[in-house]
Amino acid sequence: MMSEYEPRIICFACNWCSYPGADLAGVSRIQYPPNARIIRTMCSARVSPVFVLRAFQQGADGVLVTGCHIGDCHYISGNERAEENMKRTAEILDLLGIGKDRLRLEWVSAGEGGRFAEVMTSFVQQIKKLGKLKLKEI
Amino acid sequence: MKVFEEIVQQTKAYYCIDCGICTGSCPVARVNPRFSPRLNVEKSLLQLEGEIVEDRELWSCLTCGTCSYRCPSLVDYQSFVLSSRIEARKAGREGMLTHDGVLKLMMELQTFAFPQTRTGWIPKEVKTSAKGEYLYWVGCLPHFDVIFKDYGTHSLQSAVNALRILNRLGITPVVSPEERCCGHDLLWNGDIESFRKLARYNIGMLKKYGVSKVICSCPEGYRTLKVEYPKLVGDTGVEVIHISQLIAQGIKEGKLFLNPLEQKVTYQDPCRLGRLSGIYDEPREVIRHIPGLQLLEMERNRVDAICCGTTGWVNCTSCSKQIQTDRLKEAISTGAQTIITACPKCKIHFQCALINSDLSIEIKDMLDLIGEVI
Repeated sequence: MMSEYEPRIICFACNWCSYPGADLAGVSRIQYPPNARIIRTMCSARVSPVFVLRAFQQGADGVLVTGCHIGDCHYISGNERAEENMKRTAEILDLLGIGKDRLRLEWVSAGEGGRFAEVMTSFVQQIKKLGKLKLKEI
Repeated sequence: MKVFEEIVQQTKAYYCIDCGICTGSCPVARVNPRFSPRLNVEKSLLQLEGEIVEDRELWSCLTCGTCSYRCPSLVDYQSFVLSSRIEARKAGREGMLTHDGVLKLMMELQTFAFPQTRTGWIPKEVKTSAKGEYLYWVGCLPHFDVIFKDYGTHSLQSAVNALRILNRLGITPVVSPEERCCGHDLLWNGDIESFRKLARYNIGMLKKYGVSKVICSCPEGYRTLKVEYPKLVGDTGVEVIHISQLIAQGIKEGKLFLNPLEQKVTYQDPCRLGRLSGIYDEPREVIRHIPGLQLLEMERNRVDAICCGTTGWVNCTSCSKQIQTDRLKEAISTGAQTIITACPKCKIHFQCALINSDLSIEIKDMLDLIGEVI
């Protein structure tokens, strides 16, 4: 039997909320799919469109960006910046034909281990539905 | 290096008489003393290729063609830079990317066969067709529109206006969703492999649509399709026209009537359209044709026009800003309220310089100006 397709996902998590959130999911032993490589950034605003595009260029099937809830940002308004950045990145992804559905921005606080697992599970399912991103040259 | 011997042969660098006109004319050398075209040519003749390749300033050249145009020995410095960059790239060198490199990545990602959705911007009131004689080449405008939203340049507006104008001229062009980056910036940054891929694809795409004429509004796309594709990849099988040529012709034939507009404007010659393609008069004819509009020339115009300060989204430095602000001041000194340019990149670069200065002048695309008066 052929094994089910396992997408490769890059998850950016901010140092102050989402990364500890992912950590909490781990220490609380909450189960979630192991498809994502989590990369810690100091703030979700650090994730520039280039990070996302490069992830796709190098073979990622989906990119998940997580940060503090609006109003909770360690740097006051970094996540608002991130929201704007990702909105534009989504537009670029649509133009390029990768599709904005392969990118998601979510807010996960340090206390929401369960939510992190939920977000991850639903995103992995979403990417599984979309299938592999084929990097075929023109 | 054997390669550099070839470059010297091809660009006729051995004719260099060391007069220094190139460096004296260079807009970059004026503000950046570390950059000198003459020195680079000398280095190649003294077989110091390693220094050329390693030099960060290799990427500062605007490839605007002023030096080649004025060179008494007809050294093709532009091709010299292009070939040197190809070599430098092989050695793992690259210019300092602006905007975090997002534009380069976007161009590279277009070499993958993703099903693009790039025609969503076309408004309902303009007519386009699926097949026909003419194809309108949109170029990077949809991408610029997203990336440079903060600058308020609204790049797509000029594409919409281009289509409106073409409709008025009785042309219902094809706008292809399968069009990809023309590869201009990749080529000038030495990435000739990706350029070839894109060029082959685009030539195939044009053949598939069966069009015989391609209308470009972007000077870079115009020159790439018209000159670089046949030179480096193969015949495109189409006639490439710049939109200003069509508009000028349409006005002559009485197809297009323009409403009056009381304004003083000046015109910036984009390097790819002016010096490198020889189109100086058509945009001016079009602008002059608007009743009430006064076209004031800058001191350095036509072949002597100064470039907008950056090309290919690399090495944008304080020197680029200096070139841009100098040019803006020159435009203001003519007494014009608006700079008209025919290149979306000029518009973005000048707008960027304007935001960071206390100068006040409006920057407008030629097509947006015409769009206002039809």
